[in-house]
Amino acid sequence: MGKISAKTGNEAMAEAMRQINPDVVAAYPITPATEIVQIFAGFKSDGLVDTEFIATESEHSALSACIGSAASGARTMTATASQGLVLMQEMLYIASGLRLPIVIAEVNRALSSPINIHCDHSDTMGARDSGWIQIYSENAQEAYDNLIQAVRIAESALLPVMVTIDGFIISHGMERIEIIPDEEVKGFIGEYRPRYTLLDEERSITMGAIDFTDYFFEHKRQQIEAMKEAKEKIIEVSKEFNSRFKRDYGLFECYRLEDARYALVVLGSTGGTVKVVVDELREDGVKAGLLKVRVFRPFPWQEIKDTLAYIPFIAVMDRSDGLSSLGGPVFQEIRSALYDIDSRPKVINYIYGLGGRDTKLHHIKQVFQDLQGIDRTGRIDGLINYLGVRE
Amino acid sequence: MSLKTKGWRELPIGGLILEGGTSEMYKTGGWRSLKPIWSEEKCTHCLTCWIYCPDSAILLSDEKVQGINYDYCKGCGICAKECPTKVKAIEMVEER
Repeated sequence: MGKISAKTGNEAMAEAMRQINPDVVAAYPITPATEIVQIFAGFKSDGLVDTEFIATESEHSALSACIGSAASGARTMTATASQGLVLMQEMLYIASGLRLPIVIAEVNRALSSPINIHCDHSDTMGARDSGWIQIYSENAQEAYDNLIQAVRIAESALLPVMVTIDGFIISHGMERIEIIPDEEVKGFIGEYRPRYTLLDEERSITMGAIDFTDYFFEHKRQQIEAMKEAKEKIIEVSKEFNSRFKRDYGLFECYRLEDARYALVVLGSTGGTVKVVVDELREDGVKAGLLKVRVFRPFPWQEIKDTLAYIPFIAVMDRSDGLSSLGGPVFQEIRSALYDIDSRPKVINYIYGLGGRDTKLHHIKQVFQDLQGIDRTGRIDGLINYLGVRE
Repeated sequence: MSLKTKGWRELPIGGLILEGGTSEMYKTGGWRSLKPIWSEEKCTHCLTCWIYCPDSAILLSDEKVQGINYDYCKGCGICAKECPTKVKAIEMVEER
C-alpha cells in the first residue's frame, strides 16, 4: 500500500515524473500543463531528480530536443497541451517514425480559434494519426498510474506514448490518490536499455536517412505492425502493474455493461459522470452501462466490437468534432468497428463539452433518454447531436 | 545498384541503417546537369575550389588538384565561379 495523498492531476503527473526520474526532460510551459513542467523544474532545482532539464523556446524545440535525446538512448519525457501539441505536430511524426520511446504528459485543451484554455479533446484527436500510443485518463489516479506504465509501454513497443488528462477538470482538480513508494516505481519501470543509440561508437548507426520510393512503404508497414502489436504489450504492462499495485487497467473499462441495453462510450473525466448516472438509472431498472476507452491508439476495435456487439443502443460521446460533417473521431471509429456485425447496434453520436462546456448529470441522463426513445420508436431523429449547446 | 530490395520484416526498424558513414555509398553525381571540366594546364593549385566545394569532390594528392570526383559532384558550379579570374581553370559544360 502506497501513501494516500491529495493531489491535482498536474501534481500527480509531475510526481510520477519525479519517481520515473527520466534522463532528459525538455519542455515549454503551456496552460493547463504548465504546472507539470513547473513542479518538475522544482524537483530538479531541489536535487530530487537526476534529470537533464532543458527549458526550450517552443514546443517544437522541446520535442526536437526530446528526439535528439531519445536517439542518443536517454529515457526522455516532456509535457504539453493544446497549441503546444499542435506546434509539436511535425516532430510527433518524426519521433514515431524513428521509433523513439518518448513519453508526453498531455493535458487536453481546446484549440484556437476562438482562443480558449479549457478542456476538449481536439488537441490529441488531431494527433491521432501521428503514430503515438494514446492513453486517456479519467482522474488523477489513472493519470499517475498511466504515466508510470507509459514508460514501460513505450520502451517495449518502441513507440512514443502520450498520456492525457482533461484540462482543469482533472489537471487542476484536487483528488485523493495513492502514491506508490519511489523504490517500487523504480523497480517496476526498471533500467532503460536502448536497442540503438547514436552515442555508441562501437556500433555506429545512421538515423534519419532519406527513404525514397524503394523503402519508405516498408518502413511504414513496420510502424503499422508495431502499433498493432502494441496492444498486447499494453495489456502485459497493465497486468504486471495490477499484480504489483492492485489497480486493474485494460484497453478500456466496462462499467455495468454485461447485461446493458443502453451504453455510452466516453473518454476521460466524463467517465466518472456517466458512472453516477448509470448507477441512478440501474436503481430505476434501466439497463444502462458505460464503455470508457482508455487506449485510443492503438484502437482496440476487435475487443470493442466483441463487447458492444450485443448492446442494441449505443451513444458515442466525442469531446471534439472532426469538422468533417460526420461527427467526432471516436464515433466514426466505433461505428466502423461494429459494421461487420449482422444485427449491428444502433450507434449515434454526441458532441459535448467543447471549450470546457460543463457536462452535467442531466446532460448524460438526456443521452440515455434519447437511446430509450430510439428503443421505443425504432426511429433515429439525430445521428449526430450536440449536447449542451444553445440553439 | 544491384542491392536486393528487402521486405518489411527483414529491415531494421525506424529507417535505421546499422552502420555509419553510409552517405559515401550514395552516389549523387547523377543529379548533375552541368559538368565541371578541369584544365591541368591552367590550374595554379591555389586550392580555392577545394575549399569551396560543398561535396568534397575536388580530388587532391600532395596538395595538388588531380581532378574532380564525378561520383559526388552535383554540378553546382561553385568551383568554376570561385576559380580566380586570371586562371579560369574550370569550365562548366552541359551534361550529356
